[in-house]
Amino acid sequence: MRMLVILLQSVLHSASVQSKEINRLFGQFTIAAVLLLLFVSVLIIYICIRFRERPGNPFPEQIGKNNRLEWLMFLFPVVTIAILLTATIRTINIVMKPAQGKPDVIITGHQWWWEVYYPATGVTAANEFHMPVNKNLLIEFHSADVVHDWWVPEFGNKMDVVPGRNNYIWLNITNAGNYIGACSEFCGAEHAWMRIKVFAEDERAYNAWQDANKKTANMPSDELAMRGMLIFQSRSCGSCHRISGTPSAASVGPDLSHLFSRTTMLSGMMPMNEDNLQAWITDPQMVKPDSKMPDFIFAKDSVDAIVHYLTQLK
Amino acid sequence: MDEIIPSIGQPVFPDKILNRDQKLLQWISSVDHKQIGIMYLLLALLFLVTGGGEAILMRTQLAVPNNHFLSPETYNQIFTMHGTTMVFLVAMPAIFGFGNYMIPLMIGANDMAFPRLNAFSFWMTFFGGGLLYFSFLAGGGPDAGWFNYAPLNEYNYSSRPGVDYFAIGLLVAGIGSVGGSINFIVTILNYRAKGMKLNQVPLFVWMVFVDSFLILAAFPCLNAALAMIEMDRQFHAHFFNSASGGSALLWQHLFWLFGHPEVYVAILPSFGIFSEVFQTFSRKPIFSYAILAASTVAIAMLSFGVWVHHMFAVGFGNTVNGFFGVASMLIAIPTGIKVFSWMATLYGGSIRFSVPMLFGIAFLIQFTFGGLTGVLFAIVPIDWQLTDTYFVVAHFHYMFVGGAVFGLFAGLFYWFPKITGKMLDEKLGKWFFWLFTIGFNTTFLIQHVLGLIGMPRRVWTYPDLPGFGTMNFIATIGAFLMGIAALVLVVAIVKSLRKGVVAGRDPWDAVTLEWYCDPASGRKNFDKIPLVKSRRPLWDMKHPENPDWKNSRS
Repeated sequence: MRMLVILLQSVLHSASVQSKEINRLFGQFTIAAVLLLLFVSVLIIYICIRFRERPGNPFPEQIGKNNRLEWLMFLFPVVTIAILLTATIRTINIVMKPAQGKPDVIITGHQWWWEVYYPATGVTAANEFHMPVNKNLLIEFHSADVVHDWWVPEFGNKMDVVPGRNNYIWLNITNAGNYIGACSEFCGAEHAWMRIKVFAEDERAYNAWQDANKKTANMPSDELAMRGMLIFQSRSCGSCHRISGTPSAASVGPDLSHLFSRTTMLSGMMPMNEDNLQAWITDPQMVKPDSKMPDFIFAKDSVDAIVHYLTQLK
Repeated sequence: MDEIIPSIGQPVFPDKILNRDQKLLQWISSVDHKQIGIMYLLLALLFLVTGGGEAILMRTQLAVPNNHFLSPETYNQIFTMHGTTMVFLVAMPAIFGFGNYMIPLMIGANDMAFPRLNAFSFWMTFFGGGLLYFSFLAGGGPDAGWFNYAPLNEYNYSSRPGVDYFAIGLLVAGIGSVGGSINFIVTILNYRAKGMKLNQVPLFVWMVFVDSFLILAAFPCLNAALAMIEMDRQFHAHFFNSASGGSALLWQHLFWLFGHPEVYVAILPSFGIFSEVFQTFSRKPIFSYAILAASTVAIAMLSFGVWVHHMFAVGFGNTVNGFFGVASMLIAIPTGIKVFSWMATLYGGSIRFSVPMLFGIAFLIQFTFGGLTGVLFAIVPIDWQLTDTYFVVAHFHYMFVGGAVFGLFAGLFYWFPKITGKMLDEKLGKWFFWLFTIGFNTTFLIQHVLGLIGMPRRVWTYPDLPGFGTMNFIATIGAFLMGIAALVLVVAIVKSLRKGVVAGRDPWDAVTLEWYCDPASGRKNFDKIPLVKSRRPLWDMKHPENPDWKNSRS
């Protein structure tokens, strides 16, 4: 019963203009399909009971042809297909309109995390996406390596993130809230932990988030954090990561400028907190095997300093 | 009165000359279609157990959220090998096994057209499979999925030798498949009994005939793609590497241009098996033979125009997606017709619920269900929502297992007495059927829901979201039920071989020529066979008062 509720909530829950269209079509098809399946199943069960071999049954007539029935068998699927066809074409054209203008959001898939860039404000973030509701968003997808796939079930259509191809979707989110999605094209060892979290917010909350993330990263506020920053800068962390306002400016790994303002870490793998950061920096390959983060074999006090520094990057 | 004439195609049988049993050497060196057929079937069984074991490992890992029973590297190798094994090393050899054993018998021939090519084809498949599995000893199995997408299959992203073994192994096994299908085509065209027209061969023969053309046309695409990826990996070519001007999508086009026909390759022979089973166990001729045969040809043709429905989410325009959506929907027409034909065959019959028929009934319902969820993937916008989720996993297992494998099991129970001379234990068989069917539906029905609520496929683990843990656990229970069922099947086979009921020549009161041939006849199938005048030559012999060639309604 509980499962049925979960099912209904998630399947029928559309949070975007696009998914409303898709789910309506899905609902109509499902009703037709269930009726058809019932018809076939009931007929088969009837045949099995009515025509089972019993002593005293007459030997069946040897009939293998019936023109009228054969025509019916042919026409029935033809008509069904014709109806489906028109519905399909109509919905495609509503959901996937041609791209116009500059993208509002550029999302880049990496093994195994998401980079998100807002061209209008210049804000870069990772794995957690803040998006405004009731706005037509043109989202463009880039891949840094292999094929990934963007999918948030409540938003409807997914889109592959293909290297060498800039795909796009239109998205108009209708309901504010938090949504969970995942990379849906197999992209290597940690495909399972390339999850998506979207915060769909009204304009005020969204703009506040943008403003907070436009600021350069906090400078260390105490001695331990200072030490953490020095280790970060001197021990090649900056070859892959970016922290705004510091010399670290690479984009191989996620942008850390406002790391501790996120709710989860490692692409939705675990909640963002000091303990998890500690475990991660101590032995990355233990926490997320095969991730691109190398094992630096830091001493414990160095890890403490780095974690302390990172927790100040809000 | 029936005219008895010498059968055609009489090869020289080594054992007849040597006149002594050479045991294992005789099997290894055999060019006899029945022995090769049995070897194919044993090979399929071996890999079925292997691939099934891999499935059990996967379901164990996925039983609970955040599980660490398998590492991601291990899981990825296992799911890749599960798919590859089931498609290339279970479905194909099983089809070739039944085809090899039964087709010459069903058309009244003494062997396949090219016995040595036949042996060669078997051994290529055998060694191809061996190469594929040798990868585990050589540094790691292939880990990029059975469809092995570029550029994940490139050296930069998969540096273990697994993908190399995948490419070479499948190329080798593919040579076997192509050789085998040429052999089927030539045999069916040239070695039919006197009087048997092409539109009078049993439907199983028709299905394998069409299947062989599908293989001939589809495998070159795969082979080309495999050769190209090997050049990329070993000689630094740039076919699929977009960073240096290649195209990642080229791989997908080539692969699915092979891959979609391949799914019909896997299921058409099962259509054939069920057509034999339905007519035998309902004691009626198959309903609208001509339409069943023609719709198969239609499916085969259409199958080469639908590959993009595996790629609706890669970002093509609406025109391309719309075209391939329409083409894919068209497949529902010949497939729907088939289901109605089979139901019409049963209607008015006298149905015996032996094990092959039980599989047939379950197949009809499961296949209808899988067919309907299949139509969902032709409806482009719904495909955008459902593709690459567990909904797809559920859908294609309904087709591959609920359709193709159920057919192969029906074939096993139907033809076991033909092949071994003993009946396959009916009681254990029913246990097997019920355990397997319940287990199968327990595993895969619920996976539709998992896909709908957001579980992507090919994940080695998943977070503890509402419903995910419970539903995955149910799926795992189903997988173990299927595992237990497989053990029951093995027990049934061993028990029946040892002390099964002796079958006799025609245990099912069947209507096709394979049941005319005397099981004690040894390597040679027929000395003399009747002149074939209809689609049911054995019926004509048993019912001279009402033969098909005098009955215009049959």
